[in-house]
Amino acid sequence: MPATATPAERVELKSGPPPAAPAGSGGRNWSTRRIERTIKYESDRNVGFGRDVMRVPGCEQLENCIQCGTCSGVCPLSIYMDHSPRQVMALTRADFRDEVLRSHTIWLCASCYACTVECPQQIRITDIMYELKQRAIDAGIYPRRFPIPVLAHEFTHMVRKHGRITELVLVIRLFLKTDWFAALGNWRLGLDLTRTGRFSLLTERIRRHGDIARMLDAVDQPKHPSP
Amino acid sequence: MVSLKPEIRIGFYVCHCGHNIASMVDCADVAAYVGQLPGVVLARDYKYMCSDPGQELIQKDIAEFGLNRVVVASCSPLLHEHTFRAAVAAGGLNPFLFHMVNIREHASWVHTDRAAATAKAKVLARAAIRRAALARELPQRQIPINPGVLVVGGGIAGIHAALTLAEAGKHVWLIEREASIGGHMAKFDKTFPTLDCAACILTPKMSAVGAHPNITLWSHSDVVQVDGYVGNYTVKVRRRPRYVNEELCTGCQECIGNCIYKEPKFPDEFNEGLGKRKPIHIPFPQATPQVVLIDPQVCLNFKRGVLTDRCKKTCVEACGDRKAIDFTQKEETKEIQVGAIIVATGFKPFDVRRVPQYGYGTYPNVYTALEVERLVNASGPTAGEIVLRDGRRPSAIAIIHCVGSRDKKTNRWCSRVCCMYSMKLAHLLKEHSGAELYNFYIDIRAPGKGYEEFYDKLNEEGVHFIRGRVGEVTDWAMIPEEEGKLVIRVEDTLAGVVRRIPVDMVVLATGLEPHADAQAVRRLFNMSCGTEGFFLERHPKLAPVSTFTDGVYIAGCCQGPRDIPDTVAQAGAAAAEALALIDRGHILQEPNTAHVLADCSGCKSCLPLCPYTAIGFDEATHQAVINEALCKGCGTCVAACPSGSIGQHLFEDDEVFSEIEGLLTADPEPTPALAATP
Amino acid sequence: MKFAYFPGCSLKGLGRAYEESLLPVMRHLGLELEELDDWNCCGATAYMAVDEAKACVLAARNLALAERSGRDQLLAPCAACYLVLNKTKHYFHDYPAMKATIDRALAAVDLAYAGDTAVRHPLDVLVNDVGLDAIRQKVVRPLRGLKVATYYGCQLVRPYATFDDPYNPVTMDRLVEALGATVVRYPLKTKCCGGSLTGTVPEAGIRMVYILLNEARKRGADCLATVCPLCQFNLDAYHAQVRSEYGDVIVPTVYFTQLMGLAFGLPEKQLGLHRAAVPLRWRPPVPEVAHA
Ligand SMILES: Cc1cc2nc3c(=O)[nH]c(=O)nc-3n(C[C@H](O)[C@H](O)[C@H](O)COP(=O)(O)OP(=O)(O)OC[C@H]3O[C@@H](n4cnc5c(N)ncnc54)[C@H](O)[C@@H]3O)c2cc1C
Ligand code: SF4
Ligand code: SF4
Repeated sequence: MPATATPAERVELKSGPPPAAPAGSGGRNWSTRRIERTIKYESDRNVGFGRDVMRVPGCEQLENCIQCGTCSGVCPLSIYMDHSPRQVMALTRADFRDEVLRSHTIWLCASCYACTVECPQQIRITDIMYELKQRAIDAGIYPRRFPIPVLAHEFTHMVRKHGRITELVLVIRLFLKTDWFAALGNWRLGLDLTRTGRFSLLTERIRRHGDIARMLDAVDQPKHPSP
Repeated sequence: MVSLKPEIRIGFYVCHCGHNIASMVDCADVAAYVGQLPGVVLARDYKYMCSDPGQELIQKDIAEFGLNRVVVASCSPLLHEHTFRAAVAAGGLNPFLFHMVNIREHASWVHTDRAAATAKAKVLARAAIRRAALARELPQRQIPINPGVLVVGGGIAGIHAALTLAEAGKHVWLIEREASIGGHMAKFDKTFPTLDCAACILTPKMSAVGAHPNITLWSHSDVVQVDGYVGNYTVKVRRRPRYVNEELCTGCQECIGNCIYKEPKFPDEFNEGLGKRKPIHIPFPQATPQVVLIDPQVCLNFKRGVLTDRCKKTCVEACGDRKAIDFTQKEETKEIQVGAIIVATGFKPFDVRRVPQYGYGTYPNVYTALEVERLVNASGPTAGEIVLRDGRRPSAIAIIHCVGSRDKKTNRWCSRVCCMYSMKLAHLLKEHSGAELYNFYIDIRAPGKGYEEFYDKLNEEGVHFIRGRVGEVTDWAMIPEEEGKLVIRVEDTLAGVVRRIPVDMVVLATGLEPHADAQAVRRLFNMSCGTEGFFLERHPKLAPVSTFTDGVYIAGCCQGPRDIPDTVAQAGAAAAEALALIDRGHILQEPNTAHVLADCSGCKSCLPLCPYTAIGFDEATHQAVINEALCKGCGTCVAACPSGSIGQHLFEDDEVFSEIEGLLTADPEPTPALAATP
Repeated sequence: MKFAYFPGCSLKGLGRAYEESLLPVMRHLGLELEELDDWNCCGATAYMAVDEAKACVLAARNLALAERSGRDQLLAPCAACYLVLNKTKHYFHDYPAMKATIDRALAAVDLAYAGDTAVRHPLDVLVNDVGLDAIRQKVVRPLRGLKVATYYGCQLVRPYATFDDPYNPVTMDRLVEALGATVVRYPLKTKCCGGSLTGTVPEAGIRMVYILLNEARKRGADCLATVCPLCQFNLDAYHAQVRSEYGDVIVPTVYFTQLMGLAFGLPEKQLGLHRAAVPLRWRPPVPEVAHA
């Protein structure tokens, strides 16, 4: 799925920890630094986006967020995120759709639900993250070779076709689709799996695998097919 | 049947209550509809009927149009029935010829469809008109008021209310559950924002209570039963045994020194379990009354509360001729008569174990705020030295705000005092230990006189304020500096980064919540509770210390979290309300008593049913007789009489049936009474 | 007691040691598991991210199959499946629109779901239905001396904490103690194992695995006990990556059912212990008085 053309401002997905602060670099790097405008104009908002998300099952409580930061405080992945979960809640509620959907926070969320059970306002942050992922996929806003959406994509294809997941086949397809050279570094893992009798490429499938496609199509029936 | 006036002339008023009613009910339409009902002489709608012009309007109309009934459709009778009755009386009518119908709580506030709400308001008004048409003139009943006052709970609220009343010459019974009065305030070292010493300002008031001739102080006691009504309450109080005679004990405490236990051994409640006490003890040096007590659960002369007489009783020897120690003391129940009651039972600190992620009980160096109040106190278990449970002295301390406050999983309200007392503790801990202090807060709430200035002062002292609700407190280290420390993981929401901060001590700023027995106490005094469980005031703005039961007032944290200045102000207000009631000398009572009709057959079925034994039997006439002074208007006998021979003033059968018909008839027909009018 | 049994994809793949140990342990305690006929993938975390409605429909097919099987309880040993099946059931009851979608999709394949089946995890059933006493009675080789860090991970107790506390669960602790082992206090017991991030964003995922292993080691645990195939895989299979980033941190990770099997004295071959990359070498001491 191609990434859509991005509007005026540049987007660049940095995977891995955010760049370290240039300690002691003084003004030396100034000329090479890129500056971006960070101000938000009302015209940057996608008015109605927040409300729209809040209409989805599980996302209703978002309007009550008090920006306390508990979600980010307990999130094990928040240390890698460009926007903390709390900021994603604020940006979503304030209708900054593009900023939210381009944030790699939504892809780093491991669905561990730590935030959801701790939020003092009982906001189901994990479910909101799911909803935002779906919207990013629908809008095609994610880097082409970023492994997480690719995994989700491959996963759904495999389920649709076979009804079950054969984990290793899935992983190998993932390697192929993301020029993820770490695949090579993982040769030991493959060896281990073979040694312990867990390496199997035999595709698991259910007998009535046509049923899965039929059910999934029935879900789409009343909706307009997405482009 | 009581004879009716020949002509019924009803004036009807529908109130807009600003937008409260008018936004959902078409008031002009209701007035127009009611205006054409039989018996109605005039029908008006008006913005605020309870205002002076509104009341004057009623009086003017009575005179001008010769009204002999008045019906107002507005808010709840609880709020304004007495207002309108007074207005009608001022206009020269008997106040019981007034009837009120609630179209705010019953129509505008609870509906979202204007047409339907308007239709409902019309039906309610129609029913009221039909009922009012049959209303009778009734005499006002006057009842004398007992001038004594019961104050329940001896925290700062109860103490202040009791002293105010006693100074005004009223006799006060102050009932305190614990062995000493003082409440939470007695445990504090200093009080924000002025940092004056809590004991210095509280102790004089406590001893004043103990010494005041107008105050009977019963500590270690509970109210177990309340009967009666405003002006005349009968209260039963259970006095638990302290195994020491209060009259004989001089408070010399020689018994304590001579207890067979040489060292204090049992957790000391006053010091939140951080210190130890003996079986015979006094809660704290300034305790009032200055009387020791014995804890039968641990005293050697008892076995789990049961007297065994197996100890050498060295305490009795030490007490000597004073003979104050009395192991045979029994629980006593006393009965007192009062005219008014002030409930000042305070609050309970939130149980921090309900938030396991903050590690209380798992990590010894996690403390509750109240424990720290004792720890910084010069008369506390460590004499004010900050020594942790594991013997260490802290070099970094975290204070976590909002523990059990602003959290829908526990208590959703803001406890109002925690921000301020957290800052107070930060200041004191820094002063006593020199440690780095971190406050973790969601929002700083400092809305009081001198409070924001106190926050400024703390910033100047170098206390760190990090805006973020703490995710968890753990003891697993990521980096060497964290080894052996408690680690706070939090998003510093203002800096926009997640931080891990190692500390030696964690203080949980526990929120305030209602007592576990708040529901039982509420029932005892016939009060209401809000959804959170705090006692409900009659009106949040205009009757903040009254309850829905006349003569019962509330003060202090039992009504909701608040600080000491507000508590004292409220206690003063409650005392003033009680005084205003008592000094009136008598109260007017609803004339809603039952009365026996001429056709009583003398079957006596009603006699055993009356809960107030107000029904007697006249052997001469062979009929039941109701003592109106005793009747509370509960209506039990009215409903029970097999021949329908008991009526009730204000609730006569024909009035009630006519009202029901008014509700149910699609097309209202004139009532019989109205039909009779030419 | 008879249960419908939903193994899920992992128990047929990378997590097969879980199924291998679960079945004999359950049989040993007199519980019958009847594998759902023609079950399908539950949808798992990945599908939720693509289309919530479809993910729920996938899960609902299994719930419908369970109902058709006539069993009122469905056992789901994989924590991810357990969560998705429970979430679907919640959504089915709480959101009429979701119910309509599920009904429509199931109707397309001649299935129907009434919403009654209880979704249970074996840990819950073992401790709360079978009971620790019954389990203790079956212990023939107590795991005396074994120090275990009980690791629950995320999705068993969150967000639907049906049988234990979401922050500090203790069910497995009590079970492991009933087997005779010692539980070490492990404050990370409900922290995330990294989920699929070990594969997709290894900088983050491997670090999470490292933290979990390292803390278990620091607290003297001989092994971690898990309830979820993904947790077991992450904690077991990435030892090499952890070593190259952070140095050696070797702690074996077993399924709690494998510990039960060891304590019950079940034949080792049945327990799948050899399937781990870093297998648990420790064995319970043989009791001194042998049975006649
Ligand atoms: C840690 C902490 C620090 C604080 N620091 C400050 C400060 O520095 N400055 C400030 O202004 N405020 C402070 N506060 C708030 C302060 O504690 C309250 O405002 C004050 O105590 C309220 O007084 P009270 O009399 O309403 O309740 P309490 O102090 O709770 O007193 C209630 C009394 O009623 C008794 N009682 C309860 N139930 C019954 C019953 N059924 N029958 C008989 N007796 C009963 C109790 O035993 C108690 O003696 C602090 C609060 C906390 C938790
Ligand atoms: S924990 Fe809840 S209330 Fe707090 S910032 Fe996160 S979403 Fe908002
Ligand atoms: S009876 Fe004995 S133990 Fe009890 S208070 Fe007296 S001396 Fe102490």
